[in-house]
Amino acid sequence: MSIRDRVFSIIAEQAMLEVSDVKGESTLESLGIDSLGLVESIFAIEEEFDLTIPFNANAPDDSDFDISNVDTIVAGIERLIALKS
Amino acid sequence: MRRVVITGAGAINALGQSAAATMEAMREGQCGIGPLEFRDVERLSIQIGGQVKGFEAEGIFNRQQMTLYDRFTQFTLCAAQEAVAQSGLEFTGSLSVRSGVVLGTAGGGVSTWDDNYRSVYEDGKNRVHPFVVPKLMNNAACSHVSMQHNLKGPSFTVSTACASSNHAMSQAFLMIRTGMADVMITGGSESMLCFGGVKAWEGLRVMSKDACRPFSANRNGMVQGEGAGIFVFEDMEHAKARGAEILCEVAGFAMSSDAADIVMPSKQGAARAISGALSDAGIDRSEVGYINAHGTGTAANDKTECAAVADVFGPHADDLMISSTKSMHGHLIGGTGAVELLACIMAVRDGIIAPTIGYEEADPECALDVVPNVARETSVDVALSNAFAFGGLNAVLALRRFN
Repeated sequence: MSIRDRVFSIIAEQAMLEVSDVKGESTLESLGIDSLGLVESIFAIEEEFDLTIPFNANAPDDSDFDISNVDTIVAGIERLIALKS
Repeated sequence: MRRVVITGAGAINALGQSAAATMEAMREGQCGIGPLEFRDVERLSIQIGGQVKGFEAEGIFNRQQMTLYDRFTQFTLCAAQEAVAQSGLEFTGSLSVRSGVVLGTAGGGVSTWDDNYRSVYEDGKNRVHPFVVPKLMNNAACSHVSMQHNLKGPSFTVSTACASSNHAMSQAFLMIRTGMADVMITGGSESMLCFGGVKAWEGLRVMSKDACRPFSANRNGMVQGEGAGIFVFEDMEHAKARGAEILCEVAGFAMSSDAADIVMPSKQGAARAISGALSDAGIDRSEVGYINAHGTGTAANDKTECAAVADVFGPHADDLMISSTKSMHGHLIGGTGAVELLACIMAVRDGIIAPTIGYEEADPECALDVVPNVARETSVDVALSNAFAFGGLNAVLALRRFN
């Protein structure tokens, strides 16, 4: 599975939706993922890719990780994986 | 001052997964204590307990709830659901604001601590699930009950070791009696039956390897249990006005501190709590027909408790019945007083006295009627529930038959 597919499946599971219901332009809010769901999603992504995502729930906008929508999350993870290797 | 009654009861423990099933098992003198089943149990020297078996939380709670609910919270929510359903109450509008939750637990989310310590120490992981804190905190169960049933009044968790539930129910009682609330959901829960939870208790060398035999001369220690007991306490006039079924009255309570020793019980401290509960409730000692003992099955507790009862009741001590249901469900630590309150309700409501099972040899230091091995049928007007915690903190509740 591609990075994108894996992220989509994590977010779909968190939102309790089918993967096909998750779109690149979907915001987490529009998928019904609240602030607790967000930190849980980030945890699940860190576990899946063995990464540390620079995200602070106190200041999500200042974090060096863009969570505006699913596409930006995928892009952020691809960048972190590239940095790691 | 207002009078307080109980209009709902719920429970889960090694004897059964409802209040009715628990009382039925108590009547039958069943033993819920058996071999413990969990990871690394073979590394324990104590391998028995009153474990809740066949409880499928996954079928009751959804995935999101499962990530947030420690086992002690799962037990609490199931018992609370049962109690609230029995009461017939629905918490909306002004009743919601006038109703709260006070629960007891000694350890809170012990298995959540255990699992995550194992993960970071033993497995060397550097990341834990984000909900570890909201899952393990001692007030998690209380908060989830308040959310699930829309209870917006005074709510908190009490932690006084083995007296947690009795202290919690005392506070709930007080709030209704003094007019701070109309309905309180109260009781307690515990779930320490995991490797770390039992290992910690092992260290004290007070645990039995084979059985809990309170008051028996050959008793050799306590046996841990787990579960929850939850009740609906309600202003008597409120309950009457809506035609609720009333299980019994909560007549009074008292609390005391030994101010003496962190683990050894004190006859004086226990006696002050027992006599205090009688005077608070305006009950003459001759009216007491049954005492649900703290009765842990340790050498120290049982003889001290019997001496305290003899001191408070004088000659009447020989006429009343005193039993320890821990012989059947084990010691639920912070949840124990709540499950044991069921034995008191059964005594005053149904006239059935739960036995002390596993009783084998008379002990001259426990020379009271401990209702050995077989339940008894007789009418009881007043029952007391004793809880004497490590740290010397005592709480005794008095229940009265409701006519």
